[in-house]
Amino acid sequence: MPHISLAAERLGSFLGFPINNALVTTWCVMAILIIGSFCATRNMREVPNAFQSIAEMVVGGLYDFFSTISGKHIQKVFPLLASLFLFIIAANWVGLLPGVGTVGFFRPEETEKFVPLFRGATTDINTTLALAIVAVVAIQYYGFRTVGKHYSSRFINITNPINFFVGILEIASEVSKIVSFAFRLFGNIFAGEVLLAVIAFLMPFIVPLPFLMMELFVGFIQALVFSMLTAVFLSVALMHGSENHA
Amino acid sequence: MEEGTVKMIMTGLTIALGGIVPAYSIGLMASKAMEAIGRNPEAAGEVRTTMILGLAFAEAIAIYALVAALIIKFV
Repeated sequence: MPHISLAAERLGSFLGFPINNALVTTWCVMAILIIGSFCATRNMREVPNAFQSIAEMVVGGLYDFFSTISGKHIQKVFPLLASLFLFIIAANWVGLLPGVGTVGFFRPEETEKFVPLFRGATTDINTTLALAIVAVVAIQYYGFRTVGKHYSSRFINITNPINFFVGILEIASEVSKIVSFAFRLFGNIFAGEVLLAVIAFLMPFIVPLPFLMMELFVGFIQALVFSMLTAVFLSVALMHGSENHA
Repeated sequence: MEEGTVKMIMTGLTIALGGIVPAYSIGLMASKAMEAIGRNPEAAGEVRTTMILGLAFAEAIAIYALVAALIIKFV
């Protein structure tokens, strides 16, 4: 029976904060992204070399894609959207590498429970909850910065009783966005990990290949969906108070 | 019925019942998107993007059911 644990296993602690194996993997993903972008942008030339070319294709493609959703606010919000997309896709795909979830140890006091050293970063509900909170709080931040104080009338609107009720519903809707962002990403990637573990347990040769392909695809789609939904909610928030808004 | 048996049954029932309506709505959305692309092939890119957006919302409900089933089984 393969080892499946809903919560990320604790490897140690630092000043009272627990260090999970998913946190260690998050640090590795951060290192990959930071070192990768550093290597792509040093000695930038007019005629780019291979690595800079790839980076330009990725950033240019994301910019064109998000500007169809965000319209004229793209300059402000592109760093947030592209960072969310790149971090989530890197975290999802690093979770599929050999060794992640399989290399680990047994604790001396619980010899039946396997503790992996690395575990996909987004398979920990803490990571996805943090990303969701960042996305939703950033939406409110950009709302206040772009629309000004008038943005608070989206939630607290005492002009008439119906608008007041709609404002309360908007607050509930924002909280539900945090929950839905977190659980969509966590559920998809964790369920994929469980599926791969069970398939590899049942039939380790050849059969896991189509499931690995599906998990690559799912990892890409979930990163795209997370950032695209953030872009859509951002454009809704930034439109508050303008003439063509109901 | 003892607790272990009820847990096992409810794990299966949660995800089985919770996946019915999201699966139906995803199929409905995809079929409407295909109709729209068939009527207006030039708008295929926009229709595709909007469809992926809608699919994410529908799939999220199935994911909630899956996470609830996982919590029943493993916690």
